[in-house]
Amino acid sequence: MNSGDTAFMLVATALVMFMTPGLALFYGGLVRQKNVLGTMMHSIFCLGMVSIIWVIYGYSMAFGPDIGGFVGSLDWIGLKSVGLAPGPYSDTIPDLLFCAFQLMFAIITPALISGAYAERMKFSAFLLFTALWLTFVYLPVCHWVWGQGGWLGKLGALDFAGGTVIHINSACAALAAAIFMGKRKGWGQEALHPHNLPMTILGAAILWFGWFGFNAGSALSAGKTATLAFFTTQIASGCALMSWVVAEWIIQGKPTTLGAVSGAVAGLVAITPAAGFVGPLSAVIIGIVAGALCYSVIFLKTRFGYDDALDVVAVHGAGGLWGALATGLFASVYWNPDGANGLFFGNPIQFLIQAAGAGASIAYSLVLSLVILKIVDTVIGLRVSEEDEIMGLDLSQHSEIGYTQ
Amino acid sequence: MKKIEAIIKPFKLDDVKEGLNEIGITGMTISEVKGHGRQKGHKEIYRGAEYVVDFIPKIKIELIVNAEIVEQVVEKIRSSANTGKIGDGKIFVLPVEDVIRVRTGEHGKDAV
Repeated sequence: MNSGDTAFMLVATALVMFMTPGLALFYGGLVRQKNVLGTMMHSIFCLGMVSIIWVIYGYSMAFGPDIGGFVGSLDWIGLKSVGLAPGPYSDTIPDLLFCAFQLMFAIITPALISGAYAERMKFSAFLLFTALWLTFVYLPVCHWVWGQGGWLGKLGALDFAGGTVIHINSACAALAAAIFMGKRKGWGQEALHPHNLPMTILGAAILWFGWFGFNAGSALSAGKTATLAFFTTQIASGCALMSWVVAEWIIQGKPTTLGAVSGAVAGLVAITPAAGFVGPLSAVIIGIVAGALCYSVIFLKTRFGYDDALDVVAVHGAGGLWGALATGLFASVYWNPDGANGLFFGNPIQFLIQAAGAGASIAYSLVLSLVILKIVDTVIGLRVSEEDEIMGLDLSQHSEIGYTQ
Repeated sequence: MKKIEAIIKPFKLDDVKEGLNEIGITGMTISEVKGHGRQKGHKEIYRGAEYVVDFIPKIKIELIVNAEIVEQVVEKIRSSANTGKIGDGKIFVLPVEDVIRVRTGEHGKDAV
């Protein structure tokens, strides 16, 4: 046990918790005024529901004793045998602290998906979808990569802070939801404008701040690797901010603030799997590519006609996939001896392992998410009625309004 | 008596109000309105999606004056709201049958 590491991880855990309200602000500003509370509730409610699931069986299924490399067993149900002494995942912090840190990841991941089905999902359907998705998609995929005995981890896939587990995983669910649920009323005909961009900018700032806990904290100790992850996080995010803005300036003629914060988040997503494995100059390249790439993927939804309302697929899907592959290109044992070398450092196999890991989670998450959506749609119906959609989620689902008239 | 309705650019409201005060006009009603004439709307860009916003914010000023000073008032509004660019607005002059002051019940010119 190490008190420095424990203090650092307590703070990092609180920082990651703060990202979920940050996400609520980020998404809340992007929707129309009549849906601001309904949209923020999707994130805020996860702080409650996922906490309960985590204690009862979630942590056990993600990190408990391995079953065939696929999922953790229910042996640790109710956090049985998870105590205050260091556990199997770290020698220097209490087992319960690792459990708390991982809980914050499990909270924000289903909240990320909500950007895709924003402005049209029934609250009851959101509850059931989130509980089922967490149980049958997040917990197994988390086990594959980070759980002891998980098959992707054993294969040697590198995912420092969750590019595959969190971002690719949630973006595939987002794509499935956007396609399965159909478009918002008025999509392509009326302007579905963001109603409060300063709120979105504040939310992005909170996400960025919290991301230092997310990435640096994934080192699980206050030392060299945490410092590397901290620094690459800042550099990649800043570079992606620049490259998104420059790309849209060239293509559409104006640099926008929404472009700046979207680029920053895209950079944070892309560096997430690589943060503790790559050097600062690699982070520059990862960031520059992330900004321009995610900006260009924005246009796919218009071309293919799926209504991913808040661009989860472009930002978290494209950014997460690029980050997972980039880890296989730029990882270097010079920077982290516990990692591996990537393609550019003489180890092409690592790139293939990264691609296999990303591909497996894409396939699994897409298929399972569609099955879960179908079940929820059959049992309670996913979409609000047309009348409720026009009225807005705030009034129709929660009997509140965000702003007095 | 005439009613003057002027649609102007919002940032010109203070200039118009001061100009009218200079020639002794102290009462008016204003409202925030939206519309467009030849100016058309403006473009907004959100994450790659471009929208043309047709109706842009304007201010509508309404005031009632005696017929003999209509020309002077209209000219004052026109000169103080003028920027020389498209979208400066329009002024309408309408006949008014009667005016009644609520407090005293006075009619016509006395109530203006």
